[in-house]
Amino acid sequence: MDSGSIAWMLTASALVLLMTPGLAFFYGGLVRAKNVVSTIMYSFIAMSLATVVWLLWGYSLAFGSGSAFIGDLSFIGLQGIGIEDGEGVPTLLFVAFQGMFAIITPALITGAFVERFKFTTYLVFLVLWLTLVYAPVCHWVWHENGWLWDMGALDFAGGTVVHINAGIAAVAAAMMVGKRRNPGMEPHNVPYVVLGAGLLWFGWFGFNAGSAVAADTLAVSAFIVTNVAAATAALTWGLISHFRSGRMSAVGVATGAVAGLVAITPASGFVGPMGALAIGFIAGVLCFISVEIINRTGLDDALDVFAVHGVGGIVGALLTGVFAVEAIGGTAGLIEGNGAVMGPQIIGVLATLGYSLVVTLAILFILDKIPGLGLRVGERDEDEGLDISAHGERAHVRDGAD
Amino acid sequence: MIKIEAVIRPERVSQVSVALQDVGCGGFHYLNVTGQGQQHGVEVFTGRGGRTATRAAMPKTLLVTVVKDDMKEAVIEAIVNSARSEGEPAIGDGKIFISPVSDVVRVRTGERGESAI
Repeated sequence: MDSGSIAWMLTASALVLLMTPGLAFFYGGLVRAKNVVSTIMYSFIAMSLATVVWLLWGYSLAFGSGSAFIGDLSFIGLQGIGIEDGEGVPTLLFVAFQGMFAIITPALITGAFVERFKFTTYLVFLVLWLTLVYAPVCHWVWHENGWLWDMGALDFAGGTVVHINAGIAAVAAAMMVGKRRNPGMEPHNVPYVVLGAGLLWFGWFGFNAGSAVAADTLAVSAFIVTNVAAATAALTWGLISHFRSGRMSAVGVATGAVAGLVAITPASGFVGPMGALAIGFIAGVLCFISVEIINRTGLDDALDVFAVHGVGGIVGALLTGVFAVEAIGGTAGLIEGNGAVMGPQIIGVLATLGYSLVVTLAILFILDKIPGLGLRVGERDEDEGLDISAHGERAHVRDGAD
Repeated sequence: MIKIEAVIRPERVSQVSVALQDVGCGGFHYLNVTGQGQQHGVEVFTGRGGRTATRAAMPKTLLVTVVKDDMKEAVIEAIVNSARSEGEPAIGDGKIFISPVSDVVRVRTGERGESAI
């Protein structure tokens, strides 16, 4: 065991946990004032429910040996994992770190269906989605028996497992739940959005640099490229909004930062700072365009989950293959003359898109048919706002008539 | 008795308060309101910084007060002079609405009419 690595990975795990309340504020600021508690709760409850699922069977299905497609039940309830097990860092610490990823991934999806999705059904969805979608995809990519791992697909910190997976599941959710009745025109609290993006940016250092699973030079490299990509994409997005309308949108800059962080995630252990600069710039431009295009379709992906996480994840996965530097992550990319690296990247993207879309649609289709569940709150509840109708609480209460 | 309701700029509230007290109008309240007049609302970003829209949500403050009949002109003059923008008067300086009030009751004592103001 390496005490330095243990110290860093404990810290990194806590940093990744903080991303979920960060996401709660990021999303919470974007919705209407009557749906803030509801939006925050979708994320916050994942911290408890996903942790329990991860402990009971999630980790085992993701990281048990199993087959090429899914783990097994050998670590159910974390049985058989002793406190001394593991190399470099204890296996239990890896379980905790990975558990934080299992929390934020389903929380990301909720941005698609805020302001109308039934909370009780969401709890069931969360359990099923982690079990049937997250755990298998995680196994494909990050377990040595997984078929994408075996093929050599590069995903350092979760571009496919977390972002493409959640992004396309968001499309499925938006399709199944339908449009909001009266979507708001403006974010209700821009400071919440910026605060949330700030916490995400901060926590992302644990997400990416922690994915080295050691306190080593690769973690340092991942740390710096994460910051470079986030900064570049935020600046890019801000400048686009400035050129379009003469003023720089704070929500735009915050969203750009998240898009850059998403795109650098798979690449963070493979590319250098200049590669990160290019990835941040390209992700900023393409995610911005995606938001514009998707907003013109009938799909009410309310908080642009696919445009930011789906498109950002795809851009990141493909550009990982382009900008990979052999001296950093051990794999040369397209620019260094290794065109063969692109095949597995493309297959990884397509497989995740296809599997997550189909299985998420199937889960939601079934939940919609089960008496007592159903995907959507009633019209009156939606109009009243989910804060009161689903939680009996309000975000902002003053004395007097309010 | 006269009720005076004035739509004014939020940034002029403190000057208006001083002017009202100077003419002997010691009771009034403010409501923060939004709406549109000749200024036609505000232009805001609607989503992620890509598009903007004009919303009928120009922030204004609504002053409400009730005064004795003989104070009417002095109070109106005080509001006009204190609410108007410094320098060149501009669209958005506000508007004053005046209407009669049939009775006033002071809750503490039960007094009625002008002595209750």
